[in-house]
Amino acid sequence: MYDLKKIRADFPMLRSERKMQGHPLVFLDNASTTFKPDRVLEAMDRYYKEETCNSHRGDYDMSVVVDGRVASARKTVAKFLNADPKEIVFTAGATASLNLVAYGYALKFLKEGDEILLTLAEHASNTLPWFRIAKLTGAKIRYIPLTEEGRVTVENVEKSLTPRTKLVSIAYVGNVLGFIAPIKEIARVVHANGAVLSVDGAQSVPHMVTDVKDLDCDFLSFSGHKMCAPTGTGILYGKYELLDQMDPFESGGGMNVKFYPEGEATLLPPPSRFEAGTMNVAGIYGLQAAIEYLMEIGMENIEAHERELKAYAVERFKQIPGVTVYNATSEAGIVAFNVDGVFAQDMATFLNSKGIACRSGLHCAKMLPLVIHTDATVRASFYLYTTKEDIDVLVDAVKKGGNFLDAYF
Amino acid sequence: MPTFELTPAMMREIIMDHYSSPRHKLDPEGEGYESIHSSSVNCIDDITVFLKFDAEDKVADARWNGVACAISTASSDILCDLLEGKNKEEAFYLIDQYRKMIHEEPYDSSVLEEALAFMNTGRQAARIHCATIGWDAVEELLKGHTHER
Repeated sequence: MYDLKKIRADFPMLRSERKMQGHPLVFLDNASTTFKPDRVLEAMDRYYKEETCNSHRGDYDMSVVVDGRVASARKTVAKFLNADPKEIVFTAGATASLNLVAYGYALKFLKEGDEILLTLAEHASNTLPWFRIAKLTGAKIRYIPLTEEGRVTVENVEKSLTPRTKLVSIAYVGNVLGFIAPIKEIARVVHANGAVLSVDGAQSVPHMVTDVKDLDCDFLSFSGHKMCAPTGTGILYGKYELLDQMDPFESGGGMNVKFYPEGEATLLPPPSRFEAGTMNVAGIYGLQAAIEYLMEIGMENIEAHERELKAYAVERFKQIPGVTVYNATSEAGIVAFNVDGVFAQDMATFLNSKGIACRSGLHCAKMLPLVIHTDATVRASFYLYTTKEDIDVLVDAVKKGGNFLDAYF
Repeated sequence: MPTFELTPAMMREIIMDHYSSPRHKLDPEGEGYESIHSSSVNCIDDITVFLKFDAEDKVADARWNGVACAISTASSDILCDLLEGKNKEEAFYLIDQYRKMIHEEPYDSSVLEEALAFMNTGRQAARIHCATIGWDAVEELLKGHTHER
């Protein structure tokens, strides 16, 4: 059984008496970042209070312990994704992971006239690195058409592939509309075309079961902070044979074997090849604790909880006159909406005045207006600790949204 | 000058008025406008301000256009109202006093007129940049960082 009360008790941010604008805080910006349970903070504390030393080749007992913990965290991530630990690269977040695919893989293998396929719903982090690679290599960016609702379909991916398509990069779950892309089927058609599939998992991995072997994607990027782990943590999963062909994006300590005055260096194999410099060790401790926590609750249970919240929110929003929900049919726990005659940002400010944290704007998906035909939306996004009562507070506030200038008076 | 208490109801009415029917939200017509574009990194606001100066170097016409929330719409529109007829020195003084008010520092209220409606913006700290986006842009333009349209 899903014990929401017990889950909420694990989070200091939910136990705190913190108020926003005189109201209890209702946090509905989980697609941006998430709260951390005690055990994540305790794990980081353990590193800083009891085990501080650098990882990689220390010659003393404590450093062996730390290296062991980093290796153990890598195994935990691998288990979480059904991958091999040597396919797990620690990064600073999904942005860093996607940039590593872009500069480590695409920059090396794409040539003038090759094509990169994206969609217009992608986040900046899964768009701008490809724009750079297109500039640097002469490759072309093309877009897979979305359905009227905003979905990516296998048919549209298949239609968009050409013999020149070398790389496809799409979100598993969109960060504004929250549709789940059929990645497994997409991987099949992309591979049949001889191209590589990079998946932005920033909004999927925190919320559902991920099995990279089953999906058969080539790369998967995601952030720790959107799944109860510390900021500054992230993962790039890559199939080992692809990682092995890649060049490092950053070079330095911890990724080389030897180097010589004439400018030659021998590099370590993946994943170390891509982990130059001192790692975010405390963050990695926290990331492991977060993943263990989520696995104990069960990703399928978290997904079911969020689907229930989404259905509840859509049902309640339907009953408010003058509200447009842009993604009522999507699967993820994200509601993108607008109130007639109220600019999204003004609504978000009004919600702030009621203690409700939502985000307004384009949520970094700045080409999305070409799909949903609005300049901005208000986005409420849920997580494992979100309650129906949180949604009730939101809905009640939106009902009163006509007086949005109340926020200032 | 006559003094009166500006009530919250009046402030609200001023903002709603300029938001629902902005007078200066127009693209320029004809020649002679200097313009500056400003878009916020942390929100959706994305506006361009246009100023035309007369022979005495006073603002003859002030306009703005773009995508903007209620606060940036109304504050930019009121700014355009206040700018017309002012020389650069007066405009700098006006902008300076407005910015002091927004940041809750002592300010000269005598020049701000309808812009006084924004005296409470500090209550919504996330929207301070909306109340100042047009004002910051005009200041940049006046400093001479202009590009011809």
